[in-house]
Amino acid sequence: MKRFLLFLPLIVFLLVGIFLYKGLSMDPSARESALIGQPLPEFSLPRLTNPNLLVTREDLIGEVFLLNVWGSWCPSCYDEHEEIVRMAQAGVPIVGLNYKDEPAKAFRYLSQLGNPYTQILVEEDGLRELAFNLGVYGAPETFLIDSEGIVRYHLAGVITPQLVDQVIMPEVQKWQKNR
Amino acid sequence: MEVLYLPEFGQFALILALAMACVQAFLPLIGSFTRQPLWLAYAQPAAWAQFTLLAISFVLLSLSFLFDDFSLAYTAANSNSALPWFYKLSAVWGAHEGSLLLWLLILAGWTFAVSLSRGLPAEVLARVLSVLGFVSVGMLLFVVFTSNPFDRILPRIPVDGADLNPLLQDPGLIFHPPLLYMGYVGFAVTFAFALAALWSGQLDSAWARWSRPWTTSAWAFLTVGIALGSWWAYYELGWGGWWFWDPVENASLMPWLTGTALMHSLAITEKRGVFKSWTLLLAIFTFSLSLVGFFLVRSGVLNSVHAFANDPERGFFLLILLAVTVGASLLVYALRVPNLKARVSYSLLSKDVLLLANNLILVIASIMVLLGTLYPLILDALGSGKISVGPPYFNALFVPLMLLLGVFMGLGLLTDWKQMQWQKLKKKIWLAGVITLVLGFAVLPWVYDGEWHLYVALGLTLVLWIFTTSFRDLWEASRTKKGWLGISRSRLGMFFGHIGAALIVLGVTMVSNYGEERDLRMQIDQPVEVKGYQFTLKKLIHREGPNYIADRAIVEVHNPKGRLINTLTPEKRLYTVRGMPMTQVAIEWGFLKDIYVAMGEELTADAWAMRVHYKPFVRWLWLGALIAALGGVLAITDRRYSSKKAQEQLTAINKGGV
Repeated sequence: MKRFLLFLPLIVFLLVGIFLYKGLSMDPSARESALIGQPLPEFSLPRLTNPNLLVTREDLIGEVFLLNVWGSWCPSCYDEHEEIVRMAQAGVPIVGLNYKDEPAKAFRYLSQLGNPYTQILVEEDGLRELAFNLGVYGAPETFLIDSEGIVRYHLAGVITPQLVDQVIMPEVQKWQKNR
Repeated sequence: MEVLYLPEFGQFALILALAMACVQAFLPLIGSFTRQPLWLAYAQPAAWAQFTLLAISFVLLSLSFLFDDFSLAYTAANSNSALPWFYKLSAVWGAHEGSLLLWLLILAGWTFAVSLSRGLPAEVLARVLSVLGFVSVGMLLFVVFTSNPFDRILPRIPVDGADLNPLLQDPGLIFHPPLLYMGYVGFAVTFAFALAALWSGQLDSAWARWSRPWTTSAWAFLTVGIALGSWWAYYELGWGGWWFWDPVENASLMPWLTGTALMHSLAITEKRGVFKSWTLLLAIFTFSLSLVGFFLVRSGVLNSVHAFANDPERGFFLLILLAVTVGASLLVYALRVPNLKARVSYSLLSKDVLLLANNLILVIASIMVLLGTLYPLILDALGSGKISVGPPYFNALFVPLMLLLGVFMGLGLLTDWKQMQWQKLKKKIWLAGVITLVLGFAVLPWVYDGEWHLYVALGLTLVLWIFTTSFRDLWEASRTKKGWLGISRSRLGMFFGHIGAALIVLGVTMVSNYGEERDLRMQIDQPVEVKGYQFTLKKLIHREGPNYIADRAIVEVHNPKGRLINTLTPEKRLYTVRGMPMTQVAIEWGFLKDIYVAMGEELTADAWAMRVHYKPFVRWLWLGALIAALGGVLAITDRRYSSKKAQEQLTAINKGGV
């Protein structure tokens, strides 16, 4: 019995180790968005390329698309840009939401990295429109909206190649088939 | 720019260091099994070579930062040509790869120091160095294979770097990581001594004696490191808090708690020869918790303000490393320790037992912090959803435990080793007890605002209890022939350690109960009032720094009597490269209170949302930690670790004499 007690620290440690191992494959920042299953909120925002033209919810709904919140100020957006380009090349429509940014910097960002977006909406700092109603708290964040205008998937954080191949593309295809 | 080959040399040195670490780890191991003294003797020169090589590697990486060599991925991601030179240097450990190299350099430094220590038998030294070598091999493999700071971005070299995270552009953060690592890694030395003792089976009190100064110095470093981090959070994050129960803070607190327990347990084992297996376990625990903290910070399993980038591959490697190091040492412990039996007796009322009680409280506190930190992870792994454990949990459990700890702390000070008569103890403590209860519980809690608060009363009672018993202990120590001058440095060290702890309690009690925070709208020339102090926004200035632009507010502070006491200049900065806003708070500091002003958001052209804090006694928190660490330094410099006589005694013990 006493001998067994001496192994107790080791056993406890191994148990903790198992949880740590499971923890590795989970993303702590992935929180379930309250918006999943909810319709995309109403909004009216200018386009980056043509600020006089306002885009509303109805202009976007009709096909499955990704809504990607980005800004030139956001270092992680540079990291995921390559993946966004890749998805755009694979035929996924991606709407950009330029968030808390300045147009000049946003243009420079796009001219350096390429523009994968079908269109880009602008939500200036302090404006309480789409990003605000979506509960965006930073950039990058990405939403999947189906052809009915319902939010089906939400990612707060960087899009990685694994996420594209294993989660986002399958989700896109799933909702495209569902129409 | 001319291409510099420094990083290649740096990487080469890193790989050679790995080779040397292997020599240092394996040759003595083989030598000890085959009984070949020559093989054992390789440990020392290998340790020196490893230290030299890591130092070269570190210097070369630092040079790459100084010369703005943005062809290095790590430099490009964490530095910028506009950065002042000292931040370029501290940017070396501003992110994962470089801080890992610093960790390794510090480990090699500790190893080097151990290898110079006199009076250790060659065989013990070789074993200790071998264990340290294994730790180093693991970490070096991790660096070389997953986190090489010398990776180049070729051929498209960035024109400029992405800048050091503005949060880290601060003097406090230059010193915070090195001090913290000195602490974490320092516990590796005690860990190595414990494993070497288990390995050889020579579990007399000699190993405890050898480990004590190392443990105490590691503890002192960790104490200052944590205090500095807390101070940084206080003035840099702009929230006015000094402790957030953030996973990374918890990761530093856990080894500190068990390290504190270890320091005391080593004292019992050295002086009385009891609780040997407990002390060994604590030595393993303390370093293991350092490693668990290391894992939590760098694997991305937990969300934290301080966490490094999320990278499952690195996390997996680290987990293996953790499993091997901790698992193997606990296995060795379980297999080797049963031979131990103490033949020393002690009664229930004795310093031995009271120290053990405090040890248990510290370990329970540490386990409770670990549980709280891992609980979200465990729930998530069990599929019960994502939650976060907040300060209420930690405070509800931590505060009562610390109160209990304080009671035993004072009692333990005045109790004799082995056994003590209750009558005798009563004689020693009655005065301290009366002073404490009357002043601390009944009188002082009224003083500050004329009302009696339970928490203030409990806190102040504890502070006074530790103070009075500490002074009583010092007075007893002075009753020798030499008087006050005859008090040994280690006794004095203990005194300061405990006084420091009491001052921390004082600071925490006062600031938690009497502190005030207000979010206010400040308009130019319209005074607002907090706790009787008047704050007037006089001017708003726009200015430019080397790598940021800033809005600065000029705020005049008048005390309740209407006299101008200071003009504060908080800033809201925008670091242009990362586009990151930062709050630069302004503090009117004092021993009795801090007045703290931070800028929030611009409301109109002449009005800002501002946050004002009134923080009584908050300085004592960090001063207390400094004083406690100073106590540790005093204890290490005690004559018995350095004098000739002590060395001879040690040698006698080594020969199996005592």
